[in-house]
Amino acid sequence: METRIEKRMELKAPVSRIWRALTDYREFGAWFRVKLDGPFVPGQVSRGQITYPGYEHVKWEAVVQKMEPERLFSFTWPHPKALAEDDYSPDYSQEPTTLVEFRLEKTANGTLLVLTESGFDHLPADRRLEAFRRNDGGWTEQMKNIETHVKQTP
Amino acid sequence: MSSKHRSQIAARRQPRSPVFAALGDETRLALVAKLCAGQRRSISQLTKGSNLTRQAITKHLRILQSVGIVRCVRTGRESRFEFNPQPMEGIREYLDFVSQQWDFALSRLRSFVED
Repeated sequence: METRIEKRMELKAPVSRIWRALTDYREFGAWFRVKLDGPFVPGQVSRGQITYPGYEHVKWEAVVQKMEPERLFSFTWPHPKALAEDDYSPDYSQEPTTLVEFRLEKTANGTLLVLTESGFDHLPADRRLEAFRRNDGGWTEQMKNIETHVKQTP
Repeated sequence: MSSKHRSQIAARRQPRSPVFAALGDETRLALVAKLCAGQRRSISQLTKGSNLTRQAITKHLRILQSVGIVRCVRTGRESRFEFNPQPMEGIREYLDFVSQQWDFALSRLRSFVED
């Protein structure tokens, strides 16, 4: 039973380019689809607003953990339930979070990106499940849109 | 904030998922992995190959039983344990969902940096 997510992907771009796309708050916002209030600073809360079509009412909040240049970027977040609650405002002293880590490694052709999300054992699963079930139809639709978009603009 | 709203929030603030908590231990994960194969196993069979005592294994099995991942079936005088996947279905579904979201986010990242 796997209670963490891991994704490995090789990108045809130098490590420095990926690092910028991950840690420059404007660049991160462009691909993640979130309008962030300001730069990422380790130990500080990052706030913003999701710009994903249909989810513009959802707030983004995360706590930046580590920024080891061109190596590791990580943050914790109390995510998907935000999708279920329009007026959701997290209280970090109370909310369980998951840890998201982006690790970078130079390869012959570019960069290996390893994404992990862990700490799902701290999540009150029932509530999360409810949140995503309620939104499942919407998400499936959105995913199709992105897929189409990515295919059309390679 | 209305008191009704506050009570709704309080109601949502459940303790951490008991299933996740039960799985957050290497010994118990290993026990579940053994039982996942589908066969019912006795405590002796489950103890074999581990560095733990029968008592320790029993304790871990109790925890797994308490969240419903493992069931105890009596056959004659012997208790055998079997895996019950039902409480885990939700978790797998949820992880699949989050995993899929990452696939899409990362493909956006790819087109962002490779263009």
